[in-house]
Amino acid sequence: MKIKRIGVAAIALAAAGALTLAGCSSSSEPEAPAGDSTAIITTNGSEPQNPLIPTNTNETGGGKILDSIFAGLVYYDGEGAPHNDMAESIETDDAQTYTITIKDGQKFTNGEDVTSESFVKAWNYGAALDNAQLSSYFFDSIEGFSYDENVDELSGLEVVDDSTFTVTLKQPESDFPLRLGYSAFFPLPEAAWEDLDAFGENPIGNGPYMLDGEGAWKHNERIDLVVNEDYQGDRQAANGGLSIIFYATQDAAYADLQGGNLDILDAIPDSALSTFQDEFGDRSVTQGAAIFQSFVVPDRLAHFGGEEGKLRRAAISHAINREEVTDVIFSGTRTPAHDFTSPVIDGYSEDIPGSEVLEYDPELAKELWAEADAISPWEGSFQIGYNADGGHQGWVDAVTNQIKNELGIDASGAPYPTFAEFRTAITDRTIETGFRTGWQADYPSLSNFLGPIYVTGAGSNDGDYSNPEFDALIQEGLSETEVEAGIEKFQQAQEILFEDLPAIPLWYSTVNGAWSEQVENVQFGWNSVPLYYEVTKSE
Amino acid sequence: MAGYIARRLLQAIPVLLGTTFLIYFMVFAMPGDPVVALFGDKTPPPQVLEAVRERYNLDQPFIVQYLLFLAGIFQGDFGVSFSGQPVSEILAVTFPVTLQLAILAVLIEMVFGITIGLVSGLRKGGIFDASFLVVSLILISLPVFVVAFVAQFVFGIQLGWFRTTVGPGAPIQDLILPAIVLATISFAQIVRLTRASVIDTGGQDFVRTAASKGLSRRRIVPVHILRNSLIPVVTYLAVDFGVLMVGATVTEGIFNVPGVGRTLYQAIIRGEGPTVVSFVTVMVLIYLVINLLVDLLYAVLDPRIRYAK
Repeated sequence: MKIKRIGVAAIALAAAGALTLAGCSSSSEPEAPAGDSTAIITTNGSEPQNPLIPTNTNETGGGKILDSIFAGLVYYDGEGAPHNDMAESIETDDAQTYTITIKDGQKFTNGEDVTSESFVKAWNYGAALDNAQLSSYFFDSIEGFSYDENVDELSGLEVVDDSTFTVTLKQPESDFPLRLGYSAFFPLPEAAWEDLDAFGENPIGNGPYMLDGEGAWKHNERIDLVVNEDYQGDRQAANGGLSIIFYATQDAAYADLQGGNLDILDAIPDSALSTFQDEFGDRSVTQGAAIFQSFVVPDRLAHFGGEEGKLRRAAISHAINREEVTDVIFSGTRTPAHDFTSPVIDGYSEDIPGSEVLEYDPELAKELWAEADAISPWEGSFQIGYNADGGHQGWVDAVTNQIKNELGIDASGAPYPTFAEFRTAITDRTIETGFRTGWQADYPSLSNFLGPIYVTGAGSNDGDYSNPEFDALIQEGLSETEVEAGIEKFQQAQEILFEDLPAIPLWYSTVNGAWSEQVENVQFGWNSVPLYYEVTKSE
Repeated sequence: MAGYIARRLLQAIPVLLGTTFLIYFMVFAMPGDPVVALFGDKTPPPQVLEAVRERYNLDQPFIVQYLLFLAGIFQGDFGVSFSGQPVSEILAVTFPVTLQLAILAVLIEMVFGITIGLVSGLRKGGIFDASFLVVSLILISLPVFVVAFVAQFVFGIQLGWFRTTVGPGAPIQDLILPAIVLATISFAQIVRLTRASVIDTGGQDFVRTAASKGLSRRRIVPVHILRNSLIPVVTYLAVDFGVLMVGATVTEGIFNVPGVGRTLYQAIIRGEGPTVVSFVTVMVLIYLVINLLVDLLYAVLDPRIRYAK
């Protein structure tokens, strides 16, 4: 889960921004730029929240940089399909034991070879409890992993020789190779272990780019990357480098794009959502993102347990007019949900049996609510908790109003001042209302949207949902070595979710981006980050 | 004089201790666990949470955390941010930027504010006076972010006179536009303050005496009227300088100035105790020093003011 964090001042200022930015337009035909292989691309980012260590980075500010300066075993193309990067091959017979071979002659930018040790040591470090790495949970399916005691070396990782190692998982998981492009699985050079703190400041990688010398990371300001000539993988840079400028607000970044100081912007501020397409035309994009938004109404709340709870959740789901909210509140920058995953993921389907529960149907909603009232009459007020610092108030008010009007009950939003306070209440289980949830996929797989959230006892199962049938289907899906067979199981598992509604799906996010006339070949990846290495720029 | 300064500096110590304690307590008491927030919408296993808390001493009781922080400060160690950067380094990078911005803004508002205020005061009721009264009224009523957005759009995007945001290394020419924006608000206040003060001083006996002595207007205005009118203006300017040093958050955000306000804002959002407290400590220090300087400046402006030993 990568976290996007940008100044919320942007939201408060949105209105004023809209005032000043409206009426602004400049559209001239872009000339065909002949790509300059030394041109530096400038793009927006945010100050990494943590040192630049792959296993300790879980937000987009740092993730964007790491993806550019490191190369994992695999990388994802624009569609999210994995291709070998450092890996020569990743083989398995049973989806539980993997033999990974690394390509010959791959080097870190300090001249060290990329060996099986580079991966195994980095993964062991990331997994060890004592090291308190933010992404440690990525290794929890590897044999030997423990949350209860510190394990220095995972028994499931075994170095065979310099270019080969094996991974043994606790149980079969066929999407394991799909995860290996995520930053937590990147290798680290020997040099990292001398002083990891210093390394996090000036990381040495093996990716298409590298830091532009010591101190290239100018905190709170920017980071400068140049092309790594030694990188031999597919992600060959078509430009001379990348300057990621850290912005406190998206409005500032957008102003820079308009003012010609920025080449690519991957997040359009709210104030410009309705105008940026007119202004940038074919130099803008709106495409689906691997982000799923929902809200959870836990079983433990009064009137939401057992059969009664199922009826009430279905009634609430039918009472919400998702089309209207996405159009009016989000100006079409969200798309109504049809399942529990995301349309950009391989295997996505709009027609899973049971997904009718997401259709707006006030009559049925009232009927179901009345049925639930027959079991035990409703009393009190229905609330959806949210963090007030994240721009959620608009849609929460809209959705609770719809629920209120369609079901004739008292419904409202329950704001928490800060994100920290909100998440703490959820983690402690002290929250006594429904609450909003969101999930951004770490790797392009259906199971990443299902397993970590709805399996009994899973890390992010904030509603404490438990259904053995669902658990079994996810496990079966993961054990399938054939991708198609796995997808089928995951879809069956979703059928159960539609019945139980452990989370009520709302919509998928989209990524909105725009770029200057100087750059071409701008394509946004499955994870909403532009594929910078493909971009060409004329000067 | 030296004794006065020494006493004032000694007084600063309990003030500093008190403020750091208060700020630390407030950050600590902020509801919500910053470590939980580090994981976004994802819920980490409790053991991992515990391990991360331990790493930043967040598992210790409040008083222990505070004493650890204080002990660090006395050794010149302001703690580290979540990104592993020493807070002292962040301070060293951001304060000069904000200092430049604040000095620029104060210079602009001082030069224009005092000049216009003086002329308005001397020609009370004239067309110049009337028009600047209206202008200052408009400027006072505009929120800073409106001025900033409009300035950015007009001068940055449309006319292209200035860079839309502050570029690499925060060069001084990029800071001019944000400084003008910051200056506009206080500029109006200074015009009014100077005007009122000049009118007031102009009617004093000593000015009339000077005039009847046959002194030229060229001598009376700067030496007798202006100098004696400056006390309230200097106080205001100093306070304003302090405010600019610590609180240009909105303007710094709009122009992406890598200064104190923006960094502090981000640290508050992320719940980074050490960064917030260190920044505020330095801010308090700046405030104390500026206040002391202002008090000393009074004596220069008005020789009747003396400081007891």
